[in-house]
Amino acid sequence: MKLYDRVFRPKEYRLPNGKIVEERFTRLPLILALLLFCSVVSVRVTGFDLGVLLRGGQRFFDILFAMFPPNAAYLSKIWTPLLDTIKMSLLGSAVGAVLALPFAVLAASNVVQNRWVVRLVRLFLSLVRTLPTLVCALIATYIFGLGTMAGTCAIAVFTFAYVGKQLFELIETADMGPFEAMEALGATRARAFVTAILPQILPAYLSVSLFCLEGNVRYASILGYVGAGGLGLIMNEKIGWREYDSVGMILIVLFVTVVAIEGISHAIRKRLT
Amino acid sequence: MENKIKAAYESAPKTWRQQLLLVLLVLGLLAWSSSTVKLGNTAGSGLEVAGNILSGIFHPDTKLLFNFTTSGVAYLLLETLCIAFLGTIVGAVISVPFSFLSATNLVPRPVALLGRFAIAAIRTVPAFIYGLMFIRVTGPGPFAGLLTMSLCSIGMVSKMFIESIEDLDKGILESLDAAGCTTFQKIRYGILPQLFPDFMSTLIYRFDMNLRDATVLGLVGAGGIGAPLIFAMSSYRWNEVGAILLGLILLVLVIETVSARIRAKLTRG
Repeated sequence: MKLYDRVFRPKEYRLPNGKIVEERFTRLPLILALLLFCSVVSVRVTGFDLGVLLRGGQRFFDILFAMFPPNAAYLSKIWTPLLDTIKMSLLGSAVGAVLALPFAVLAASNVVQNRWVVRLVRLFLSLVRTLPTLVCALIATYIFGLGTMAGTCAIAVFTFAYVGKQLFELIETADMGPFEAMEALGATRARAFVTAILPQILPAYLSVSLFCLEGNVRYASILGYVGAGGLGLIMNEKIGWREYDSVGMILIVLFVTVVAIEGISHAIRKRLT
Repeated sequence: MENKIKAAYESAPKTWRQQLLLVLLVLGLLAWSSSTVKLGNTAGSGLEVAGNILSGIFHPDTKLLFNFTTSGVAYLLLETLCIAFLGTIVGAVISVPFSFLSATNLVPRPVALLGRFAIAAIRTVPAFIYGLMFIRVTGPGPFAGLLTMSLCSIGMVSKMFIESIEDLDKGILESLDAAGCTTFQKIRYGILPQLFPDFMSTLIYRFDMNLRDATVLGLVGAGGIGAPLIFAMSSYRWNEVGAILLGLILLVLVIETVSARIRAKLTRG
């Protein structure tokens, strides 16, 4: 940056009171050059080719058109996996969100005084967060066997990490006044936390958990691909048999479900905050 | 004093009935969904498997980890990074018109609703189905992954874009009008400075997410680190899984730290 400023000299202005202020030369060319460089490398590595896209673009719609008209007769077989998916995401989100609470408390530097505990728990949370959900699901299928149990576990792990991170940030920004007052009156830290901080973070905590649930319904449909139960399972099967009209029906059902759940959770979240 | 507190307590609205109902509802939902939990079928060997997996992951395959040819972890990570980067950019380019067309303060309500409907529909289709569709266009490889990523980004990116567009402060535009600015000047000095930080912050966040979701692409052979990871897992080569995961986790952590710093700078201005 210093070299950059030496090449492109900052503009100097003399204020009426004799003071000199500098306006540094715009960083835009530097950022643009960096972005351009990254793009060129990425185009090289990924083999991006607009020609291929223009020539074969219409083939993208092959599967999409094969999905219409959707196979309405298949609808009766969708209900059980759909309910499985919803159950997986409900239970997984609930378990993950509840588990996240103690860890989030331990990761909040204003409640826990020991720096090392805070650091360790935070490292653990970010390690779990970076673990791809698909990998969790696959490992869970090896441990619990194929089925919804594996999917529930994967969703719980994902929710745990996401809610845990959001929650400790919430706790850290909570108003510490009531907490200190409780401590001054002789309450233990745990007691003070439950009565002073928990009511402050509860609405946001529930809202974050609900938001996570919304995403999980969508995600639960992918998990079936590795054998973790739910809609993804039959979706994978139908794709394998090239019965795209059935896939179309599954997607329509999934769309309606996701929109309905998002609507409900959005309404609840609006009332919470 | 005490009587006052008591009186205040008694005058508080009594909501225990609603609360009880809510608790019962939530408990009922959880009980209903607990049918997904099936323990006991493989509980005996499950722990053993878990132990094997953990020991494999903690003894990563160093040969794969420090292999710098096109089949090594480093190159695969670079490929994943490139897919996520270009995918985010292409997705952003597609999202901009979408989000301007769905912002209720710019277009009539029916048009905005239609736009939102389209975005929700795009979001519903799982990534691997897009992957399959694009593989027909480009053949298997990172290019298909890139296109899939960009299509998957549209949903969330345009949702956030719409929010920032709807938050636009119109007062600034009015004062520019009053000062006699041309349309171009209004866009340059009134709209762009308001939108740019929000947009960039959204994109950087999405880039983060794309990097993390890139494993999904491996399911259908759309390039990136997902395919080797899933192959290694399904053939129980846990040392390789450990090596790949180690690389991926390190990369994601580094990118996350950098992007959090840039986003903090952007929001502070």
